[in-house]
Formats: sequence, structure tokens, C-alpha cells
Amino acid sequence: MSGVLVVMQRSGADWHRMSWETLAAGQQLAAQTGQTVSAAVVGDAGELVSKKLDRVYTVDHPLLSIYTADGFTAALEQLIRKISPSIVLFPHTYQVRDFAPKLATRFNQVLVSDAVGFRVESGAPIFVRQLFQGKLNADVKPGGAEPHFASIQAGAFRADQLEAGASQVEQFAPGLTADIIRAKPQEPFRESARAVDLTSADIIVSVGRGIKEKDNIPIVEELAKALGAELAASRPICDSGWLPMERQVGSSGQTVSPKMYLAVGISGAIQHLVGMKGAKTIVAINKDANAPIFEVADYGIVGDLFEVVPALVEAVKKAKS
Amino acid sequence: MKILVSIKQVPSRDSQLRIDATGRWIQENDLTFEINEPDAFALEEALRLKEKHGGEVVALCAGPARASQTIREALAKGADRAIHIEEENLSSFDTLGVAKLLAKAADAEKPDLILTGLQSDDLGYGQTGVVMAELLGLPHGTIIMAVEKIDSGIRVKRELEDGWFQNVEMPLPAVLTIQSGINKLRYATLMGIKKAKSKEVKRLTTAELGVPASPTASIERVYLPQRTKQTQLIEGSPKEAAAKLVEKLRFEARVI
Repeated sequence: MSGVLVVMQRSGADWHRMSWETLAAGQQLAAQTGQTVSAAVVGDAGELVSKKLDRVYTVDHPLLSIYTADGFTAALEQLIRKISPSIVLFPHTYQVRDFAPKLATRFNQVLVSDAVGFRVESGAPIFVRQLFQGKLNADVKPGGAEPHFASIQAGAFRADQLEAGASQVEQFAPGLTADIIRAKPQEPFRESARAVDLTSADIIVSVGRGIKEKDNIPIVEELAKALGAELAASRPICDSGWLPMERQVGSSGQTVSPKMYLAVGISGAIQHLVGMKGAKTIVAINKDANAPIFEVADYGIVGDLFEVVPALVEAVKKAKS
Repeated sequence: MKILVSIKQVPSRDSQLRIDATGRWIQENDLTFEINEPDAFALEEALRLKEKHGGEVVALCAGPARASQTIREALAKGADRAIHIEEENLSSFDTLGVAKLLAKAADAEKPDLILTGLQSDDLGYGQTGVVMAELLGLPHGTIIMAVEKIDSGIRVKRELEDGWFQNVEMPLPAVLTIQSGINKLRYATLMGIKKAKSKEVKRLTTAELGVPASPTASIERVYLPQRTKQTQLIEGSPKEAAAKLVEKLRFEARVI
């Protein structure tokens, strides 16, 4: 078995942006292991033809026009058995989380999910994954019969490092029948129009579990007011109904890149970090010096937010007066 | 409806983690443990479905002897009985191996619905439910925010990215991975805690289930992540630190 296969994800006529990051990872992995790299996509090849790839496999079947785990798994299983890659990479999207573990199981393999990097030892990749919500890293070595499977975290590789070139497109028509598809998906929808657009805010003050209870929210509201910032939150705060869902930052909420992001009592689970690590300046206030938020912060205060935040409000007011 | 909930015991959220002597895992002896948070929401959803449609809730957990505490808590909250796959060295199984154990035990129960959390707070592979579904030949739904019983099976609300959702219908039996926040967790009542003591906990061994420990993916090393940025940690009393921070934000980062 040989070759790196990157499974790209389309979203309608567009691409899921993480696909390009994963393709860059695939090119780098192929170069370091002396293999070729190919891409597969359900849909048409589009911009893939101008990337440096051995092949682009366009997987085409009427039953794949709407995503289902059953349909995508069966189609990609057939493609992988035909071309026998040594490793298959996916972007770690919600859709991939839905079908890639199922696909790997068909090859009696584990999906090494949500990898943030890799290195090559004796010609084989060792992937870096986060454990304990980002508190620790682990080197994970795929084993057993190839192909191996891994998915790549958002932002771990850079799409602008993709090598341009040419690739040959090969159509792949899987044999699928309607009876294998058991789920009936309906049209995607949004709960309500978003009244709050965090993406246009210059400064965001964001609050997490450290705030302890709903009655304490005004403490950070004060800080947001003093800074002229929008107030945002990590998922657990919105789950508990302490702030509305539309103020959530992270993989299931909004992705923001303000001039300043001030994280208060947020530990920095990866689901949150992917939504804000593009901020120009990141400030973190947290009682745990080992919280992963400090890995991305430019400035940090390790301390009790109930003491630090009011002091900060005073200092901001003084500076602005 | 017979509902099986697969739960995991993980180190408490605020644990200070230390790497053990092997360098391949953490020191566990001085930690406290709790139910994996998304699994708590899965259990709650199972209890609510039972309250609405009748039936039985069976908690399923693979873990060492200490996991019996988490199982007792699930029983105290209202699970009718439990299955404990007792294995002191579960890390010798990878995610696929653990899913095989859980699927074997689940298969014998023939549940209508299997629920579990969307991912674990420790390993975070986020695939046990999907792999179980594949091993059992069942349809699945992931990152679920609502479950509704319909004539043809169930209708679930799947969370997509960027605030999008999608309703999906599927026949039963099925496997669902539950997103945190789908419901409000209940506390165990005193009566529930009392009752839990007499509820059945069936113990199974990995040998009985016939699943050998033959991991494909293995953890080679565990370590503290390298900081991607040089964080300036600002010291001093809250007042001093706040003043210093504002100064830096004004004149260094120029964001105020």
C-alpha cells in the first residue's frame, strides 16, 4: 500500500476551508515519507486540478448528492479498497466526525482524530493529538495493517503553504443502492437570525465556566462596557442559558478575529480556541496557570477573576478618563 | 423503549495532571474522578425519554473498579440497572477495542436506542458511539441536540457547524452521540441514592466478552504542550496586575 489520500469536503459549491489545510498536511506528509499524494472529493474537482497532486478522484453517484454517513462511508470504502493508500487524511469537521470513524472501523482501524501535527520516524508518521481538553499532548502512532486514518484539526496546517501544480482527474463511480442509506436528513436550518454579529467587533470580552454562576455575569459585563467591547462566552455558559447562544464563540458558535480578545475564566478547550485564536491580541485571566488558554495568550494574569476583573475595570476607566 | 447509555469515568475537570513514570499516561492515584460530562447529558436524555415513553434505562461502563462510583451515581439519578465491564488496564485497548467491548455487551441487551456523549474529556477521540453503531450494524446520529420519538423510529436534531442544525429521521434501533447542553442535568435525590444500593450491577470481564487487547493506534508519549506564543504573565496584586496589563494594552499592543 502506498500513497497519501486526502478526503476533501465540499460545502455546496464551495469548499470547507479546513479541506485545504488538510491537503497541505497531506502534501507535507507525502514529501516526508517519499510517497505520492492524491485527493478525493464527493463532487467535482474544481480548484484541485491546479494543485500539486498525483490524482484527483471525483466520487460521483446520485445517492451522494445529500450527505449521509451510510452513503459516504460505502463510497469511500470502495475507493480506498481500489487505490490502496497507506494513509487517509480528513479535515476534522463535524461531517468527518460523523462518518470517518465508521469508515476506519471497516478496515479494523482507529481514526487518529483531531491531530494538530505529525512527525515522521523510520518512514512512518507519528501524530500529535491533544488530551484532556488541550491540557496535555500525546504522540500517537498508528499501527496494524494499512491503510491508517487520521483527521487534522482546524488551523494546524496552513492552506497558503499548498503547492500548486497540476493533477489528473479520475472519476470514480461507486456501486451504491438506496437501501443501504438508513437516515433521512432534512434541509439544514438556523435557529433564528443572528442579532449579534461578533465577527465585526474590535474588542471582545469572553466569559467561561470560571464565572461560576449566572448572577456573576454582570462582573464581566462591566468590563465589556468599560472597554467598549462585545460580550461573548464559551459554550457551557450558553448551554446553561446564562448568555444567549448567539454570543457563543467556538466551533459550534461564531469564529472571531478581533483586535483584542479577553478571555475571563475560560480554560481554552480546543472547541473554543478554534473560534478565537485568530485574534490579534489575546488576554487571559484564569486561576489555573496550566490552562490551555495560556498557550495562545499574549498577556495573562493568573489569579481569581473575582478580584482581577473589578480591578481591571477600574484601571481601564482610569486610563480612558 | 429500552435505552442503553454508555458512560465513561474521567478525571475531574479541575484536576492538576501529572505525567506518570512511564511517560505514556498520567498519574492517577491522587486524582478524583467523575462522569464524562457529555455522557451525563446522554444519561439525562435517556431518563427523560423513559419518563415520556416508558421502558428501561441501562447504564453501561467500561473501566477499572473505581468506575463503580460513577455507575452508582448513574443508578442514583434513575438508571434501572447497570453493566460494568471491569478492566484495570483499559488503556491496553484502543478506542476501537473499547468500542468492541461496549458493542459486545450492548448487543446482548438488544436495546432500542443507545446513547453516549459525543466525546470524552480525557482522550477526546469523539468516536466511540459511531464505532459502536458500525460494529452493531446500526444507523447513528452524531452531536445530537434533540431526540423525538416518531412512528418510523426517531427524529433527531443534529448540530452542524457555525450555528446550523439539521433534522434527521432514522429507524430504531439506533446509536446517538449527545452534545452537552441538550438538557438540564438533574441531581440525584436522597431516595435515588438509597434505591441505587439495591439496583443490579452486572460485572463482565474483557475475557468473557472475548475481545483481545490488540491496539492499532498507541500512545507513545504524553507531555505538556509547547506554547505557541510567548505569554507575558503579569504578576502582582490584582490591582497592580490590572494596572500593568492596561498599560501594556495601551502602549505595547495598542488595543485600548
